[in-house]
Amino acid sequence: MLKKSHYIILFFVVLLALALMQLPGGTMGKFKLAISGLFLPLFGLSNSTHAWLAQTREELVPRRDLVRQLDQLRRDNQVLQLRLQQDAQLWNENARLRAEVGWERQSRWRVKMARVIARDPANWWRSLEIDLGSRDGLRPNLPVLTSDGLAGRIQSVGQTRSQVILLGDPNLRVAAKVVSAGLTNGETGILAANTSAPQDEGMIDLDMLSGASSARPGQSVVTWGAGGVFPADIPIGKIVDSRPREYGLSTEARVKLAANLSALEEVWVMLP
Amino acid sequence: MRWRSTMFVLAAAFLAVFLEACAGLTRNLTGAQVDFLPALMVYAALTHGFATVALLAVCGGLWFDSLSLNPLGASILPLLFIGLLIHRSRDLLLREHVYAQAMLGAAAGAAQPLGTLFILLNAGAAPLAGWFSLWQWAVMAAGCGAAAPVFFKLFDRLRRALEYQPATQTSFRPDREIKRGPM
Repeated sequence: MLKKSHYIILFFVVLLALALMQLPGGTMGKFKLAISGLFLPLFGLSNSTHAWLAQTREELVPRRDLVRQLDQLRRDNQVLQLRLQQDAQLWNENARLRAEVGWERQSRWRVKMARVIARDPANWWRSLEIDLGSRDGLRPNLPVLTSDGLAGRIQSVGQTRSQVILLGDPNLRVAAKVVSAGLTNGETGILAANTSAPQDEGMIDLDMLSGASSARPGQSVVTWGAGGVFPADIPIGKIVDSRPREYGLSTEARVKLAANLSALEEVWVMLP
Repeated sequence: MRWRSTMFVLAAAFLAVFLEACAGLTRNLTGAQVDFLPALMVYAALTHGFATVALLAVCGGLWFDSLSLNPLGASILPLLFIGLLIHRSRDLLLREHVYAQAMLGAAAGAAQPLGTLFILLNAGAAPLAGWFSLWQWAVMAAGCGAAAPVFFKLFDRLRRALEYQPATQTSFRPDREIKRGPM
């Protein structure tokens, strides 16, 4: 049997839980960041351990392998330098032509690398924490990328950490367009969580395509640019298959994400 | 000594949440992340007072939700009610038996996600759920079932190592001593 004091404790804990759940989004985010700040020493320890292990591993690699890797990297670097020169010429030409036509001037992406320090412990969300925060110039809703494509966007920002909501989470929807051979075919839709196989982190649904959609397997999907959060033309993935929905009024396509979200260790945050 | 024991339970909860977020061992192996807080709650409810149960529910729930997209406080109530149920019937439970500990851990591990999902759905959230969630649910229950006896053993050893143990009395009694030879 419970004593009177137990009922009082029970009452206050229930009251606390209900009050916390009723907090407005911004306040709740600040509370969360404050509480998860308690884990900072452990995150630091974990990072140091990872760094130490990586250093130890590097010291164990034979010198011959390192020299071979260095040669390979030098060759890659030279190829990339040549491509960069070509890219700069194309960029200038593109800017000149856009100016002649009167289109808006494009700006280069400014990105900052962040290390993934934690993943969502709950099975029903897709989110992670990174080691950059407001002191690094981050703010909510900035796009988060990998070298392969879009990964998600910043959900909340603390001073030294931020929470990133990943593609495939029900709380993240992205306006996207279908591209074929580098040209858009006019098909636009909304990327949402994969409802048929939510466990597959590499797959996502592209909803709201037109009923007469010509989306085919293998076509690329990139960000549309509508909505103001994600700039246009960030690669997202490729269409795997499509099926009609709502008696043919719309089409839904499954998209294989370009980025491997289940093995993220580092991401790039796109700064404004 | 009870406060020290309570601190150990809270420290274990803190570490468990950190490891779930950072290491993700079961996530990589099975596709489901096991939450060890229900197993810890089974231990706390069977061996500690209700204040410890409430503290574990509040602190564990807040720590878990702070690293998750769950609304803050969503994990507190399921943990509290698991603790309350077990604490109320602790006199009827065979808490010394490993089998009973494992079964209680598995039941708590199965009840916790269901309770949290119930709260999330009623709060208007739309968590990812499908047929695969049944597998994740089974993994979480099995993981907690395996973890509960480990927590019992671990804390028992810790208690024995740190708490004062009264010296065992010998069976020797001077008034019963048989003395041989000349008196």
